[in-house]
Amino acid sequence: MAVVFEKTKMLTDTPFHYCPGCTHGIIHRLVAECVEELGMQNQCVGVAPVGCAVFAYNYFNCDMMEAAHGRAPAVATGCKRVHPENLVFTYQGDGDLASIGCAEITHAATRGEKITAVFINNAIYGMTGGQMAPTSLPGQVTTTSPYGRDVNSAGYPIRMSEMLATLNGPAYIARVSVHDVPHIIQAKKAIKKAFEYQLAGKGFSMVEVLSTCPTNWGMTPQDALKWLVDNMIPYYPLGVMKDIGTEKEGE
Amino acid sequence: MAKVTFNTERCKGCGLCIPVCPKQIISLDTSAFNAKGYHVAGVKEMDKCIGCASCARMCPDVVITVEK
Repeated sequence: MAVVFEKTKMLTDTPFHYCPGCTHGIIHRLVAECVEELGMQNQCVGVAPVGCAVFAYNYFNCDMMEAAHGRAPAVATGCKRVHPENLVFTYQGDGDLASIGCAEITHAATRGEKITAVFINNAIYGMTGGQMAPTSLPGQVTTTSPYGRDVNSAGYPIRMSEMLATLNGPAYIARVSVHDVPHIIQAKKAIKKAFEYQLAGKGFSMVEVLSTCPTNWGMTPQDALKWLVDNMIPYYPLGVMKDIGTEKEGE
Repeated sequence: MAKVTFNTERCKGCGLCIPVCPKQIISLDTSAFNAKGYHVAGVKEMDKCIGCASCARMCPDVVITVEK
């Protein structure tokens, strides 16, 4: 019998610390498989964020660096400029990328740094206990918005992919989801394309992955996937926000 | 003939693999626990498995290996 599917060697044997049903694990696997398929195992550097994925350096079987909260794109910038032949990616959650690290990601994107950001958007702060994030949806109940997010006082959720796609620096920006098997396969294609754009030197690339947080949303893993489809996708539409490969000359 | 194997010590019993199985043959074994204290997923009727690897792609903890 031939092996159809097995754990990629780009992931270590350390079991993930994530809660049961958290889709971080799926996204870790997709990133790791893409690196392996591109043959960059020995020339890959990842930058871990602060947040639930803070221990990502224990799971990826390549060189990993831990950055100060939100500063992963700045660390990745230095890493890529010193070793331009390396595949450099950041793995950041919404608290890290969209909140405290908003300046770093915006400027890395507008400078067209040849790095790839994998942005995990689960509309809540996971590690710190389910507080409201910049990406929490209007009316969403969190520990710091117990009556639901009130847009009059807390403002509106930020759509990072659309915002960064208005800049000239990025080469590829897409939003994908991992709520079922077809979307997981699509997500992997998007991450691989982002890595390929980086290796071709086209510019900054980012893949936003809609993710779940069953624990802090207060749902079963299965209900959380349904909540993602019913509530997050209408506000955060899936698709390619920017792709310089498909744009015409002069646009 | 296909076969799935579960690395049960990594499994957290989240059950995401259960509804994605087109043959509906995955279930949680509620009679036993792994070292972490979770009921782990498994397949009782392995002869019905078609080796599509949907369960393995959905699993957040990379528990499943599929052979065909």
